[in-house]
Amino acid sequence: MSIDWSPLWLSLRVAAISTLVSVVLGVALAWLLAHRQFRGRDVLDAGVMLPLVLPPTVLGYYLLVLLGRESALGQIYESVFGQPLVFTWQAAVVAAMFHSLPLLVKWSRSALESVDHSYEWAARSLGASELRTFWRVSLPLARRSILAAAALSFARALGDFGVTIMIAGNIPGQTQTVSVAIYDAVESGNGTLARTLVIVVSLTAILILTLANRISRPEPAEASK
Amino acid sequence: MIQARLRKQLGSFRLEAEFEARAGVTVLFGASGSGKTLTLDCIAGFRQPDEGRILLDDAILYDAAAKVNVPPRERRCGYVFQNYALFPHMTLRQNLEFAVEPLPRLERHRRVNEMIDKFKLADAVARRPAELSGGQRQRGSIARALLASPKLLLLDEPARGLDAPLRADLYEVLRQVRAEFALPIILVTHDLDEGCQLGDEMLIMSHGRLVQTGPPAGIVTQPASLDVARLLGQYNLLPAEILQLDPQRGTSLLRVLDHEIPGRYYPGHFKGDRVWLCVRHSSLSARPLEGRLGPHEIAVTLQRTSIRARGVLLEFEQGLAVEAAEADNRKEWAVAFPPSALHVLSK
Repeated sequence: MSIDWSPLWLSLRVAAISTLVSVVLGVALAWLLAHRQFRGRDVLDAGVMLPLVLPPTVLGYYLLVLLGRESALGQIYESVFGQPLVFTWQAAVVAAMFHSLPLLVKWSRSALESVDHSYEWAARSLGASELRTFWRVSLPLARRSILAAAALSFARALGDFGVTIMIAGNIPGQTQTVSVAIYDAVESGNGTLARTLVIVVSLTAILILTLANRISRPEPAEASK
Repeated sequence: MIQARLRKQLGSFRLEAEFEARAGVTVLFGASGSGKTLTLDCIAGFRQPDEGRILLDDAILYDAAAKVNVPPRERRCGYVFQNYALFPHMTLRQNLEFAVEPLPRLERHRRVNEMIDKFKLADAVARRPAELSGGQRQRGSIARALLASPKLLLLDEPARGLDAPLRADLYEVLRQVRAEFALPIILVTHDLDEGCQLGDEMLIMSHGRLVQTGPPAGIVTQPASLDVARLLGQYNLLPAEILQLDPQRGTSLLRVLDHEIPGRYYPGHFKGDRVWLCVRHSSLSARPLEGRLGPHEIAVTLQRTSIRARGVLLEFEQGLAVEAAEADNRKEWAVAFPPSALHVLSK
C-alpha cells in the first residue's frame, strides 16, 4: 500500500507560514511588552499567553465563533479573499499560530530583555532613535535566541491537533494535517500509515530540537568575552 | 558647563546632589552604592530624577517644574560604560560609524578616520570587540562617544578591574581627551589615587549626598568632616581635647593619647572642645624610642606592622598608624606630630 504524504507536506507548509507570521508579530509584541510602558500592557501580556493554558477545544470554539461564516471577521475575510476562512488550510495556519505565537512572544521577550541594557543605552546616547536601537543593536544581539524560538515554535505548530480539527476540520488532501491524519489512521485501523507518520514526525521534532540548541549556543568569539 | 540639581528616591536610597562641572575633569568619588552611577544615569537621561534641573551649556535637559525631559539621544552626553558597551556584533569601524550615521557619507568617513588616527586604532578597526585588546576596547569606546560630538563626557569607572599598565594607558588617553576636547568630563571612581591624578575638581559623594567639593589636593590635605576622612581612608582619626588656644601666636595645645602636643591655632574652636585630630599616616614620622622625647613626640607601643604597596604601615596602640619606609619590630617608639599637619574636625 502506498503512503499518502500530503498531510505531511500540508503540515510543513502550515507550520512554516504560521511561524513566519508569528516571528514578525511575536517580536513586535515582545518589544512592546519588554520596552514600553502603556495602559493595558498587563492585559495584553495575559491575553497573549492565554492560548497556552486554555484547552484547545475551548480555543477552537472561540475561533469558530469569531471567524465563522456568520461572524463579522469571517465575512470580511470572505469578501476580501472570495472564500470562507474556516475549514480551509488557511484556518489551519490560524490554528497553528495560536500555539506558536505565545511561545514566540514569551521567548523573544526574554531574549530582548536579556540583552545587556548598556548596549541599548550606549546606542541611545550616540543619538540613535528607539527604532534604530532596536534594529541595529537589540535585535541582532537577541537574534540567536529568537531564531531558536522560531525553530521551536515551528515544531510546536507542526503538532497542533485540537484547534485545527475544530476550525479547519479533517478534509483529506485539503485540511488534513499530519496530526489529524495520524488520528484518522489509528481510528480506521491503518497501522502502517500511523506508524510511518509517527516516526517521521518524531524525527522531524528531534531534528528541530537539535537545530534550536545549536543556534542558541553563543559563537565562540562572543562567549570568550 | 553642566549644572545639575537632582533628587531621586530609589527604595530606601535617596540621591540629593547639586553641583556644576566646567571643562576639564571633575571626579565623582565615593564608595560603591553611594549614588555615583545613578547621578551619571540621571544626567544622561537613562533614569529620571524625581525633582531638580539639569542644564548643559544653555540647554535645559531636565526640569521637573517645567516638565522638560529631553530623551537621551538628544542630550549630547557621551557615555563611556564600565564594560565599554562596544556593540559585540559589529567591527570597531562599524561601532564608530554608528555614532556618525546621520552625517553625509564623506563627512562620516573623514570624522571616523580622524578619530582612528587620534586614538591609534588603525590596527583594530576591522576586528570585533571580542578580538580587541583591553586598551583598544577602552580607546575605541571613548572614541565612539566623542564621535557623536557630545557637549559632556561621562565615564563610569573606566579603570575598574584593569591591571596597572592598562590603567596608565587609560590615564594617558584621558589627559589627551582633556587637552584636545574642550568639554566637561565627569569621571566616576572609587579609587582616590586615580581621582587625585586626573581630577581638576573633585566631588565627594557619600550615601547619595555630596559631602565635600573642591580641588583634590585641598580635599586630601583637609577633609571637611569625619565622614570624608573615613571615606578617603588614609588618616589617623584620634580623639583629642583642645587644652589651650593662642590666636596671637597661632598655636594651641592638644591632649592626644594621654600626651600633650603643640598644634596650630584652630579658628572656630574653643578651649576645652573635644574634637577629632585628623592627620595623614604619611605626615607622621616614627623612630625607635632611644633617649628623650622631643617636644612634638609621644611614646607609643608597636602592635603590628603591615606591608603596603609603598613601604609599611606601623600600627600602634589606640589606632595610631604611621607610614614608614621599612619594617622594624622594636616595641617602643616615638612618634612625632608636626603641628602644621594637624587638623581638627568637630565631633
